[in-house]
Amino acid sequence: MTKPLAGQEVAKQIERQIPKAVLESNESWVVIDPDSLLQVAQFLQTTPGLEFDYLNCIAGVDYLDYFEIVYHLSSIQHNHSLVLKVRCSRENPQVPSVVSLWRGADFQEREIYDLLGVTFVRHPNLKRIFMWEGFQGHPLRRDYL
Amino acid sequence: MEVEKGGFDFPLEEMDLNEGRQIEELMSRSQQPLPDPDDWLEEEISRNVLVTTIDKVFNWGRHYSVWPAGAGMLACCAMEFVATGASRFDISRFGMEIMRASPRQADLMIVAGTLTWKMARALRLLYDQMAEPKWVVAMGACAISGGTFAHSYSVVPGVNRIVPVDVYVPGCPPRPEALLYGIMKLHKKIDERSVREDLVDLRRLIPGRGK
Repeated sequence: MTKPLAGQEVAKQIERQIPKAVLESNESWVVIDPDSLLQVAQFLQTTPGLEFDYLNCIAGVDYLDYFEIVYHLSSIQHNHSLVLKVRCSRENPQVPSVVSLWRGADFQEREIYDLLGVTFVRHPNLKRIFMWEGFQGHPLRRDYL
Repeated sequence: MEVEKGGFDFPLEEMDLNEGRQIEELMSRSQQPLPDPDDWLEEEISRNVLVTTIDKVFNWGRHYSVWPAGAGMLACCAMEFVATGASRFDISRFGMEIMRASPRQADLMIVAGTLTWKMARALRLLYDQMAEPKWVVAMGACAISGGTFAHSYSVVPGVNRIVPVDVYVPGCPPRPEALLYGIMKLHKKIDERSVREDLVDLRRLIPGRGK
């Protein structure tokens, strides 16, 4: 069984390396400042003992006040997992893309861009994936009619 | 009860003699060739020609060989469609077991499931590629009207906006019996067709012939 790592423990490790990156943490997840997401992701991917080499999935959540992007990470080598979260405002929904670190993020980021309207900065091919070009709006936003 | 050795009622020599007698009898009976069963045809032919309408012949052929396209396997209705094709419900009783992978060889498109606007183009293309005469069965609530997703941003509210539908089979999903009933309804529809309609179509294709 994959062992879920406690958020606070990993948060402490991140804090030591990248100060002010962690906004919030508990036993289940870590919330990261979007500006340092790439740095943190790289840290999680390369640090011995963590080595999150696999991105299970990315989810986008609309909390009405803000959007939250949830990254489910696993390490195949150590058989443990971690949930990473990033929040962005509704007015300017921008999050750095992690495609450069995990190729599997490509389609999922496009999906979130398509359905939720979150822009992933520096994504290699950010365009709609489910809806067709020219479709108006982002249908999984909770204010979409 | 004690069984006799060998279990025969009479000695083996008796059996051989009996067989010999039968062969002799058959031989004596078979000295002349049997009469040709077609001998009477020449004089009787007028009594044995069936007169029917060309419609009946065509519809009979079409009725018993409606080949469905493996198209429109869109959602959960496809499971019931598959069950209909399998041995328990056995669509081959209607001469329909040949699911064609190519629309060009199919007569019937069973749209089984939710059709999205993005898929609609492909469905229309498949329909256009099918050779005449062709029929469409809308299977399940989603195909009929969009079902639960009728007001969704991505779902076509009824496949009859994309292709003309001949038979609607309600249900969510419909049981295989329901689909078979729908197919039988379609058979009825086929039986009432006239080739004249096809001839009109044909004439339109030949330049300078008819309207």
